[in-house]
Amino acid sequence: MMEKLPTTPSQTIGPFFAYSLTAQQYGYNFNSLVNDKLINEAIAGEKIYITGKVFDGAGNTIHDAMIELWQADADGNYITQYPNIPISNIPFKGFGRLGTGTAADHSFTFKTIKPGSISGQAPHITVILFMRGSLHRLTTRLYFSDELYDNDALLNSVETERRKTLIANKIILNGVTAYEFNIFMQGENETVFFQL
Amino acid sequence: MENLDLNTQPPHLYPEYNSTILRSPTKKLVPVGGMLKDLSLPAFGESAIGKFDNDLTKNARVNHDPIGERIKVCGKVMDEYGRPLKNVLVEIWQANAAGRYIHKEEIHDAPLDPNFLGGGRMLTDNGGRYQFYTIKPGAYPWGNHFNAWRPNHIHFSVIGHQIEQRLVTQMYFPGDPLFEYDPIFQSVPQHARHLMIAKFRMDWTDPEFALAYEFNIVMNGTLKTIFE
Repeated sequence: MMEKLPTTPSQTIGPFFAYSLTAQQYGYNFNSLVNDKLINEAIAGEKIYITGKVFDGAGNTIHDAMIELWQADADGNYITQYPNIPISNIPFKGFGRLGTGTAADHSFTFKTIKPGSISGQAPHITVILFMRGSLHRLTTRLYFSDELYDNDALLNSVETERRKTLIANKIILNGVTAYEFNIFMQGENETVFFQL
Repeated sequence: MENLDLNTQPPHLYPEYNSTILRSPTKKLVPVGGMLKDLSLPAFGESAIGKFDNDLTKNARVNHDPIGERIKVCGKVMDEYGRPLKNVLVEIWQANAAGRYIHKEEIHDAPLDPNFLGGGRMLTDNGGRYQFYTIKPGAYPWGNHFNAWRPNHIHFSVIGHQIEQRLVTQMYFPGDPLFEYDPIFQSVPQHARHLMIAKFRMDWTDPEFALAYEFNIVMNGTLKTIFE
């Protein structure tokens, strides 16, 4: 048995991450490896938006959160090693990142395609959340309201009345199919977060 | 074993850090068992990283070197068995030497440095190692309570190999007198706080150029399923 090292403690992302982690989105002079686009325009298939807001325990929108999405492609495969070309030239990245500080209503809106089903799981996107006031990164999952998810093992491990917090509802945004995924830190509809 | 690891981590709610009160989950996180353990995160190609991305003394230089004490911050990213995690994206951000962040919402009355942004990134090498040149950040006041000051620190974001290895943390400098007044630092159990403090490494300094600090980052183990 190898002896384990203690893991590095987590700390908050704080309010001022943008000029490094989401620099282009916020207009800082530093390029960004990842952004709101999980795909580029060359990819086949219907493009969708993933949009939403993050709410604190008083019901106010949070304007200094950072969201990362991570998903499989239309065939259910993750692209875990990016080819060594400019990232914007990769047709499907599956990874995106946005801060909530640039839209007037503090929303985030990602552009992507729907992921395929992965080894018996319902189509889903992993959502990673950071913010000032959170000492940890939080991980949750987004499912689609118009897909079958009743047999998804992870979703079914959540108590029945809280499952709805993980379902993104289909809406139309600027003429494009979008899925709205609001995240509630607290309250009646507190989003389910997972302990990895 | 898992419990020992968790003991190095802060709670979600730490009321002395006021913002956690309305922003931390009130319900227990839902355990995933083995269900998400093997989900890999994306690995970036070397071409993603620009020439000066890991040199904050150069990557925003306009007409002059940035003001402040030039330092080198290096270390290793590894799993909890001490094995190096290669090709891991390490991103950092920090205040300038005067304790001022360039972020537009920052209102602290200290000067910006036109030659310093404060953001950088790199990929770890085959030994899990990273290295940044930067300027030692200053302390700065914040609004948590009356006369609250953050210790000097550098923010780190690390995208490891698997979903549980997604870490955001802060690196502190040895002997900072503000430790005992800072609720963010104090949110971590006392016995684990040293894990966030860089080691001064005289032997790693660039003579007559930059002092060096070592900051190693340990993430959850990738071979958990094999050993447990």
